[in-house]
Amino acid sequence: MRLITHNMLSCNIKGVTNGFPLRIEAGNVIEKEVDFNPDFIRHMFAKLEWKALVEGARSMGYAELPEDSPDAAVLESDESFLKKLHHALLELHLEEGALVCPETGRKFPVNKGIPNMLLHEDEV
Amino acid sequence: MWFLCVFYHRLLDFRKPEVEALAELFGEEIAENESLQWRLPEHHHNDTPFHFVQLSSEEIARNIAKRSILVKGMYELWGEGTCYEELKDSILSYPDSRKLPFLTSDSTFRISVETFGRGLTFEEQKDRIQSLTYIPFEGRVNLKNPDHNFFLMEMIESEENNGLQPILQRRIFFGREVGFADRKLLPTFQLKSRTYLGPTAMDAEMAFLMANQAKATSGKLVYDPFVGTGSILVSAAQFGAMTMGADIDIRVVRDGRGPDCNVWSNFKQYGLPMPVALLRMDNNLPPWRSGLKEIFDAIICDPPYGVRAGGRKSGGRKILRGTVDPYTVPDDKRTDHIPSTGAYSLVECVHDLLHLAARMLVMKGRLVFFFPVLRDETGGEVKFPEHPCFKLVAVSEQILSSRYSRVLLTMVKVEPYSEEIKEAARLMHLEFRENHLKWLEDGNIHSSVFKPIDSSQIHTDPKAFKDPKPKYRGKYV
Repeated sequence: MRLITHNMLSCNIKGVTNGFPLRIEAGNVIEKEVDFNPDFIRHMFAKLEWKALVEGARSMGYAELPEDSPDAAVLESDESFLKKLHHALLELHLEEGALVCPETGRKFPVNKGIPNMLLHEDEV
Repeated sequence: MWFLCVFYHRLLDFRKPEVEALAELFGEEIAENESLQWRLPEHHHNDTPFHFVQLSSEEIARNIAKRSILVKGMYELWGEGTCYEELKDSILSYPDSRKLPFLTSDSTFRISVETFGRGLTFEEQKDRIQSLTYIPFEGRVNLKNPDHNFFLMEMIESEENNGLQPILQRRIFFGREVGFADRKLLPTFQLKSRTYLGPTAMDAEMAFLMANQAKATSGKLVYDPFVGTGSILVSAAQFGAMTMGADIDIRVVRDGRGPDCNVWSNFKQYGLPMPVALLRMDNNLPPWRSGLKEIFDAIICDPPYGVRAGGRKSGGRKILRGTVDPYTVPDDKRTDHIPSTGAYSLVECVHDLLHLAARMLVMKGRLVFFFPVLRDETGGEVKFPEHPCFKLVAVSEQILSSRYSRVLLTMVKVEPYSEEIKEAARLMHLEFRENHLKWLEDGNIHSSVFKPIDSSQIHTDPKAFKDPKPKYRGKYV
């Protein structure tokens, strides 16, 4: 599971209002290289929840992202920033671990890189 | 500029929508609520392979043809006629300024003769090429790899043949090839040689057509909420898009059939970039964070219609029916618990899909999906699911059996999502569900497709069963 996915997910148990962001319990994190596509990264930047991304990256062992969300202008001028963002969003993989709901503590397991977001019968 | 567009004679309903979608992708300016301008040659029926289309430049025509699956060739027409005299007059009257640049002495060329309706012997082909000596070809002939490829296409009169439209009058076209489809993709990606398959894996040709309808290209994010083995995403990835998929069945998505036989290995097989994410989730209760919206450029999928693969959603059959109260799984059993799932009807599934698309697609993003249709509809028009955020731009039928077809619907998001729209959509859905259930006998498609024919129907007059589509229409045409 990549951070780009983590940034989209929240806990949707019935009655939970504060299900985002899910805390990452990192079991096994690996790095896999992905071709750099600056257009795609710029396109995605606008949709990200920045704080969640920075926290998530830290849980996975990457602390190079700035705390505050940079200006859109930085996207055009600073390629090294885009590359860092690319690395955080697409190249860090959580192979084994869990995503924990901040409100209920419920753990959504991540196995073989695939998060299991299915709810149990009493959470629906 | 008008171009002669010659199609492969298959998947007839899919041909023009593909060209229209690709025209938009390659920058053709098309006004709101308008589409490309098409014209038929004289005496031709809409199922003919020959169509004239107006495009603003040769470059766009070439790009469309190259990326398409069904365009046999795009040609700049130099002349046409019902006989070779008319053809000669037509070619001679075509402006020299358009012809001479392609006839220069330092270029190579080839003339190919193609006939529709009857084969020609080598002698007959040679004669026809020789008859074109009035065109001042100055270059050298190169049969293998010419700079310019000219085509002489002749439609020869013929009677009705196997239900195919009779060709009423001979027609001859002469044109310069501008572009053609690269169908070599198909044998490379064919399902026969794919590592990981499932019962409903989309066949390669159709998956490429769907990716074209969705305008998948580099820099875009394409999502498939019923990813299964990833067959649709593979085609989108081949065209350069970043892909993402989800499925409720964890065995298909995470495990596959082994470490080298799963969704990832399908992408590895063709050297394509892996999907950005694969998730296990329920489309009926999706885990998206509440502020998330307008993130996908296209959603392409083949939802389960309940004929060969049924849909599932969270809840468990007994819980959904109320036979049993929701139960709590004891803590020590939670980690490996596989939640039960219950039946998910087609109508509800499509409603959730439209809702997902309305929220998560960017403006002007495309939703491309298949919808099943029963064929013995006498009279009544078929109704497709609707949503206030979407405009239906293409409907292409693929006939699967005498009883039913599936239709590829292409919708474009034209309105942003809001709470008001959500309410309007819910009402539309309820109305659609009422009508849908009326024309399905048992309320499910599976039984309508597979029920045995009532023996009393066999003795009725065969002419009474009016098949709206002509006889030659079948699964691949």
